[in-house]
Amino acid sequence: MEISMRDLWTVLHGMGFGALFMLAFTGALVGLFRVSAPGSPPIPNPRDQMMLRLYLIGMVVLAWAAVFSGAYVVYPWYRAVPPIGTIDLVNYPRYLLLSSTTTAEWHRLGMEWKEHVAWIAPIAMTMVAYVFGKYGPSLAKHRSLRNAALIFAVAAFLATGVAGGFGAFLNKYAPIHGGETIHLMNGK
Amino acid sequence: MANIDVSSVRKDLLNGAGAAAILAAGIGCASLGVFTLLAEAFSGIKSVLNFYNPTGPLSGVTTLAIVVWVAAWFVLAKKWDGRDVAMTRVNGVAFVLLAVGFALTFPPFLDVLQGK
Repeated sequence: MEISMRDLWTVLHGMGFGALFMLAFTGALVGLFRVSAPGSPPIPNPRDQMMLRLYLIGMVVLAWAAVFSGAYVVYPWYRAVPPIGTIDLVNYPRYLLLSSTTTAEWHRLGMEWKEHVAWIAPIAMTMVAYVFGKYGPSLAKHRSLRNAALIFAVAAFLATGVAGGFGAFLNKYAPIHGGETIHLMNGK
Repeated sequence: MANIDVSSVRKDLLNGAGAAAILAAGIGCASLGVFTLLAEAFSGIKSVLNFYNPTGPLSGVTTLAIVVWVAAWFVLAKKWDGRDVAMTRVNGVAFVLLAVGFALTFPPFLDVLQGK
């Protein structure tokens, strides 16, 4: 069983960082609402507060890791320019997609949107983590702050959904190949 | 009975620091969209934003958006920390800026703006 270095980075970017970040959203939204909702216990368990803070910091780290690994590790492979005269574009995903009218929009709409909108997620989530870290349960008294933070958290979720969804389709129609091969285990 | 620093407790309850973070996030998202539009619309700006060649103009667009976001957060936090501000107005502006960020990163909308 083998995997190429580029495949490994693509999986790490999409599944390791991006998908984990998306999975964490439901827990975060429920946790944030519960801690800061009016009528919640006046002095929440300090351990619960600390756990929520760590959870949000973890999400922030995942969000930044997803966009930086995408932009500076995976994206350069995606947009690599083929040498003049290259006929087989399988190692040049951007050019492979643009070579056919049936796939060009996956780049023009999918990748062009994904590569930019994804950055809204870490900006928004960093703010959300800061606001909840700073105010904690007292957000129940600051409904405007709480509502704004929750709306930005939902916006981060939508941005990640667009990026992740198109990322999955792009990897289906023009997967990134190549690089050093990593041998994982021998077959029987 | 333990001593409590009343001033720090009161300061925690003021909304200025949170408002600064929220508005700065909106500014960061909008600046991401504005730099995306500038890179799309003007080839000269596109080449200037090519900070790191393997990544292309995306490197400049996102780096500058992060710089604007952090700078805005720093300035607003300096101004509003320890104060109460009108949150309805701050939130309204922040949501509009967030929407601008989404709109200006959506390729069909960029095409419309450029008359394509």
